[in-house]
Amino acid sequence: MAGEKTVETTGLLGWIDKRFPLTSTYKAHLSEYYAPKNFNFWYFFGSLALLVLVIQIVTGIFLVMNYKPDAALAFASVEYIMREVPWGWLIRYMHSTGASMFFVVVYLHMLRGLFYGSYRKPRELIWIFGVAIFLCLMGEAFFGYLLPWGQMSYWGAQVIVNLFSAIPFIGPDLSLWIRGDYVVSDATLNRFFAFHVIAIPLVLIGLVVAHLVALHEVGSNNPDGVEIKQGPKDRYGRPIDGIPFHPYYTVHDIMGVAGFLLVFAAIVFFAPEMGGYFLEANNFIPADSLKTPPHIAPVWYFTPFYTMLRATTSDFTWVLSAGAVIAAAALFLKGKLSGAWRIIIPVILIIIAVLMKTLEAKFWGVVTMGGSVVIMFFLPWLDRSPVKSIRYRPTWHKFLYAIFIVDFLILGFIGTKPPSPTLNVISQIGTVYYLGFYFLMPVWSRLGKFKQVPDRVTFRAH
Amino acid sequence: MSQDTTQLDDTGAVDPNLPPDPSRRLWVASACTLGGVAGVATVVPFVSSFAPSERAKAAGAPVEVDISAIAPGEMRTVAWRGKPVWILHRTPEQIKDLKKNDPYLADPNSDRPGFTPAFAKNEYRSRKPELFICVGICTHLGCSPTPRFAVGPQPGLPANWEGGFLCPCHGSMYDLAGRVFKNVPAPDNLEVPPYMFSDNDQLLTIGVNEKPKA
Repeated sequence: MAGEKTVETTGLLGWIDKRFPLTSTYKAHLSEYYAPKNFNFWYFFGSLALLVLVIQIVTGIFLVMNYKPDAALAFASVEYIMREVPWGWLIRYMHSTGASMFFVVVYLHMLRGLFYGSYRKPRELIWIFGVAIFLCLMGEAFFGYLLPWGQMSYWGAQVIVNLFSAIPFIGPDLSLWIRGDYVVSDATLNRFFAFHVIAIPLVLIGLVVAHLVALHEVGSNNPDGVEIKQGPKDRYGRPIDGIPFHPYYTVHDIMGVAGFLLVFAAIVFFAPEMGGYFLEANNFIPADSLKTPPHIAPVWYFTPFYTMLRATTSDFTWVLSAGAVIAAAALFLKGKLSGAWRIIIPVILIIIAVLMKTLEAKFWGVVTMGGSVVIMFFLPWLDRSPVKSIRYRPTWHKFLYAIFIVDFLILGFIGTKPPSPTLNVISQIGTVYYLGFYFLMPVWSRLGKFKQVPDRVTFRAH
Repeated sequence: MSQDTTQLDDTGAVDPNLPPDPSRRLWVASACTLGGVAGVATVVPFVSSFAPSERAKAAGAPVEVDISAIAPGEMRTVAWRGKPVWILHRTPEQIKDLKKNDPYLADPNSDRPGFTPAFAKNEYRSRKPELFICVGICTHLGCSPTPRFAVGPQPGLPANWEGGFLCPCHGSMYDLAGRVFKNVPAPDNLEVPPYMFSDNDQLLTIGVNEKPKA
């Protein structure tokens, strides 16, 4: 027949392949996708994130079958799922544990990228899609947290929606528009439900596909930061430092999955509330619009960013303002910017420094919190080190990374505690380090004595 | 002459050397513009559907409270437009101590616009010195601050605390007139809603400033 493709496969598979790129897709993404052979422990977390996404979607679908997105019924419907729906408790605990484990896995996945320079050229788009996925996850977690309609749900949503009211001029109307009412109410619950179960998941799945397509286009990075495609090749043109994703890494990842499921099941069955970190005690009280619980804190995965919001008081904006002035001076005098940018960027920084003291600290708290996430989009261009992997960086770079990790954990811990003057000073120091780590990266990442990067990946057969 | 000339089927490809046909360009541009305008216009109803519904707008009716039983030092919380409104009966001591806070406050005279109606722009921020009425929503991010009326040093509060409110979310502090302290996240004093008393001072109506004219 004219126009029919010639394919190697026969029978049913051949019939399909003539009409749909089944075998070629399988080869391109699994059996003939060559990944570096030196992946280590850190490379489990990408596939684990995909596993958690599947867990969340499946358990979510079953939860929606019994949940009622109505301010009068929501809280009781969650209790109904917990007490009366057969195995409902298990499905809900899988979903709530899955939410926290999603962030555990994704934070470790991002840290891997940070260690091995997985965001560097030509993988900038993979990283950008990844940060967009992270933003979607934050949105998904935030919208989902309102649904049980407990005290934490209610006041958490109240605080976050009010963040938008800090934006000059349009803020109050914007937060009214987001809530759809003058307070967080039934209208808010309904729209958050729509975002949580359909809008964001659709975007999320699209971004995950884009993340993987971009990854398979350029190939995976590895702990040495060496490009296997530029290394030696066998007689079929395949990189000899690469191995087919299937069966090698599928089997490898199944081991990761087994380990992950051990931990996951242990939490679901023995500590689903995780001492108040995964499910907060106050959320077992129905929402009361007249009374904020005595201690409110976001779920643990938001606390580092939340602490930076709290740290930004009007005294602290002096520090931020001074930082912007110093950065402007440094860029003007010593920077490597060319032409008009040498003037424009310092001028913008000076304007920001002035606005720091003219606009309210509340607004800058929101900017600091938002900026601490958005800055990650620019990481591929902030890092100027001549090598990708931390393995070949100067030793003191490793200390900067170690302090960054500790700093992130401390900020996270402080965010779970009630505010106090001492903790506030610590969180301000932590915020300065966090911001400095990123903003000064173009400077410090170039400094020091770098080690020789090998031509091929380092690998010891076991 | 341009690509508009009749062509034979097997010479379907347009000669790349021909100049663009201006009349076609005009129609392409017009179609794209009109389509774009229609597309953007379609967004309007969807974006508008996010605004508060007519029902939500209508729910802001005034609330009437019997205040005769609120003893000095006692506070009652009532709901108005879904928000907590505090009615605090201040003791003479508490009224006297308000002044002591002035040096530590961000806006002691309530000069910033938007949160203090004209009738409350005085040292008590109220119509009557003893009765303080305000919306119990922190001006930072909308939590409801916790009453901390005990005077003196205590955890999480300054040593010379004269009684007031502490927001559990981000540690903003207010005095017993809802005035915000310096160097806390909240930028403004607590909002004083419109309210009025009945002729015999037994009833408080929150949401209106004066009696509707009969």
